Amino acid sequence: MSDIKVKIGLECHCQMTSLKTKLFCRCPADYRGKPPNTNVCPTCLGLPGSLPYLNRRAVEEAIKVALALNCKINRRMVFYRKNYFYPDLSKNFQISQYDYPLAVDGQVTINVNGTDKVIRIKRVHIEEDPGRIVYKGSIESSPYTLVDYNRMGIALLEVVTEPDMETPTEAKAFLQELRSILEHLDVSDGSLEGSMRCDANISIEGGSRVEIKNITSFKEVERALSYEIIRQRNLLRRGVQVKRETRHWDEVRRVTVALRAKEEEMDYRYFPEPDLVPIEIADEMIKKIKEQLPELPATRRIRLVKQYGLTEYEARVLTSDKHLADFFEKLVSIHGNPKIDCNLVINELLRLLNEKNIGVRDLKFTPLEVSELLRMVDEGTISWKSAKYVLRKMVETGEHPRKIVEIEGIRRIASIEEIEKYVDMVFEKYREDVEEALREPKVVHKLVGEVLKETKMLADPKITFQIVSKRIEKLRELKK
Amino acid sequence: MDVTSLTAKQIVKLVLTGSLSPVDVVETYLDRAKKLNPKINAFITIAEEHARRSAEELEKRLKKGFPGKLIGVPIAVKDVISTKGIETTCASKILKGYVPPYDATVIRRLKAEGAIIIGKTNMDEFAMGSSTELSAYGPTRNPWNLERVVGGSSGGSGAAVAARMAPIALGSDTGGSIRCPASFCNIVGLKPTYGTVSRYGLISYACSLEQIGPMTVDVNDCALLMEVITGKDCFDSTMIDYKFKWTPREVKGLRMAVPKEFFGEGTDERVANRVWDIIKLLESHGAIYEEISFPLARYVLACYYIIAMSEASSNLARYDGVRYGPPCDLSLPWYDSYSKIRGEGFGIEVKRRIILGCFALSAGYYGRYYLKALKLRTMIRNHVLSILKSFDVIVTPTTPFPPFKIGERVEDPLALYMADVDTVVANLAGVPAISVPAGFIDGLPVGAQFMANHCCEDLLLTVAKCIQDETNFHTKVSKEVRL
Repeated sequence: MSDIKVKIGLECHCQMTSLKTKLFCRCPADYRGKPPNTNVCPTCLGLPGSLPYLNRRAVEEAIKVALALNCKINRRMVFYRKNYFYPDLSKNFQISQYDYPLAVDGQVTINVNGTDKVIRIKRVHIEEDPGRIVYKGSIESSPYTLVDYNRMGIALLEVVTEPDMETPTEAKAFLQELRSILEHLDVSDGSLEGSMRCDANISIEGGSRVEIKNITSFKEVERALSYEIIRQRNLLRRGVQVKRETRHWDEVRRVTVALRAKEEEMDYRYFPEPDLVPIEIADEMIKKIKEQLPELPATRRIRLVKQYGLTEYEARVLTSDKHLADFFEKLVSIHGNPKIDCNLVINELLRLLNEKNIGVRDLKFTPLEVSELLRMVDEGTISWKSAKYVLRKMVETGEHPRKIVEIEGIRRIASIEEIEKYVDMVFEKYREDVEEALREPKVVHKLVGEVLKETKMLADPKITFQIVSKRIEKLRELKK
Repeated sequence: MDVTSLTAKQIVKLVLTGSLSPVDVVETYLDRAKKLNPKINAFITIAEEHARRSAEELEKRLKKGFPGKLIGVPIAVKDVISTKGIETTCASKILKGYVPPYDATVIRRLKAEGAIIIGKTNMDEFAMGSSTELSAYGPTRNPWNLERVVGGSSGGSGAAVAARMAPIALGSDTGGSIRCPASFCNIVGLKPTYGTVSRYGLISYACSLEQIGPMTVDVNDCALLMEVITGKDCFDSTMIDYKFKWTPREVKGLRMAVPKEFFGEGTDERVANRVWDIIKLLESHGAIYEEISFPLARYVLACYYIIAMSEASSNLARYDGVRYGPPCDLSLPWYDSYSKIRGEGFGIEVKRRIILGCFALSAGYYGRYYLKALKLRTMIRNHVLSILKSFDVIVTPTTPFPPFKIGERVEDPLALYMADVDTVVANLAGVPAISVPAGFIDGLPVGAQFMANHCCEDLLLTVAKCIQDETNFHTKVSKEVRL
């Protein structure tokens, strides 16, 4: 089964969310949450007579990305019109790129299960985002289609890979790396809804290439590809040829659906956009941008290993999300114990984030509060186990860790007198076990367990063990 | 005083001295426009209310001592230019009822200088045509002969000025659309250098070819209008840094190239003779001429039409009924609604050009047609520029024939396209070109065309001024429009 060769190529569309305005007009780029069709002007609405005028910042941002993806930047970049009718396109053509894109021939190294793999980048180009189609209810039951042009004209970056990925996991790893790179460059915020979408090309040995469209988030990619591999494999097994076609990913039903033949045979009639002039990109500009490139995930990984003594794996997990790595470094700078801090971030914190399906920046606390939490562990005020519990409460409520410890009454019991009271109780309650413990030392552990239970696990296990052991010892001597 | 016989320059002077009020000027022109329009059909919309309101506002502005270069001057604007609050139809059913929420850059500049939009003029639908017969609002009639076409596509603007329904007008020129009606109407029409007048707000037909330009009775008014409308605009990325300036001078020593291909076969001999008369006139003032060859002449129409239609096929895709124009049919799937609206909304010539343009851009034909046309365009441009290295201007007839009868060519697109054969060269090369009245043939006006190098509009105006001063053709007004 797994010996059949699979080839996957991706076309990723990333909104350049750090820009202030749209790509070809000066409407705000922050369209989210606005009443429909209010974030528009003659140009993005495609009103008769309006013209596009380029947001130069978008080109600079895109060059940053192209450089980070190790691409060759074209010195002359041309915008093209991609002609097709669709209600979300206000001009019924999209200003995109075709020949002479921004950049070509790059590469990114991904790592799956500890093995590095190079994914080649075919091209990087700039284009405008269409508007949004809104249905009343579902697409089938909606009596009409609504269009919201607030998103029309948002600057998109399209990153196209060669078909170098062989599994859905690799595809996911690539997307994660791309997202992290974009976030390190501060070009795109992947956590915003719909800010990163992609189309995938997939072919199985012996079949034709199938394109899957409408994958609305990077998370869906793995699912869509896994489904498609099974579908194509089943066809091949039954001796049915896999057709070259375009399919749609239905996120709700989690299947891919073939598009109407009409939509497939689209001829986009690309031609150079006559309303925009070719953009000359000077070596000087590229040099300047290159010099100002921030640290990228790959170099950061190496630094994290060197600077904090982390393992490759730990560094990789941290840098898969820029904000997670930022959180960690801030935490270390306050708390100063890389091993423990890393452990807390990538094991405890990350698990909670995934469970709640939120991002680091959604947290209602900062590394400072987490360092407070870890200090309480260091001081012996709470146990590591309690610390995990407090962290969960912090994620849920945003309360200060010391307050949570107070309210929940989970301060660790370390005073000998206090623990001895509980030991008294347990020795009274479990006389038979005490008798047995005199003969069989293993039973001591059971007694310790009972004491801890009585303290709701707040007693220091070490001290408790010492006290219980001493008592048994004494009893044994008394018996003699 | 007959206000409608004044030039724009004279109106401005009288308004500034207080001898004439903007309200009086506007009322006079509105009155004349309303009386003549049923006969000529120059206007699709006479913006009566807007014009009156603007005139009143200008009175206040005058009192504040804050005039403008065109203060109180009514202007007719081709219905292809976006005017805030005034219906803008492109003479198409598909834009019926569309009232733009914004002004084209040229309109903003005109308003800032105190000009008053008096109405929106008739044209060939989406500027596709050379006779103003292809309008959803019926043909415009030539003020010199009501049975004849007025030329196109800016025919309404040409007729409005020729009939003195407005002292000046704006047209747009994609392949001759200002110069052809100027020639057919005995007025001056200038297509500026590509990139000198903002296209923001000009409803696109073929964006790489077209420019907005002045259509006036008087050469001085042409210059005045150029002063107002030229200049860089951040909304139009295809602009060059250029500000129009003109100081009239002598034509002595002017070197004229006369390409013989534009005077020979296919050109009415009488037209050629009128243009020769003009050349001789200039020669008598010290200009020199030389006959040259323009071997690429036979390809210019094919080259022009392939590029124009290709761009048009994309530019006109936006008319689908979703955002403006006739509303969508909600009982149909979106693509069927699109087909219906476009099927019913566009006229036959527009559909023809969209279909041919789609064909020229489609996979497999792009290289054979569109790309080839682009290469040819570069050759034509280089050839024109090489001629203009040795000469100051190139002289040709504006059109190969005088105004023809309404209906005579409308069924035969190729015969109609022939009207553009002399004018498209300037659009392909991006150079400025002017049509100047060159006399009459059986009472029908004829124009002479001059092309010059990029940004040499001043040279064209110098030539035009010399012709105007010597011939006085511009002072002639048709009997048909006497009230």
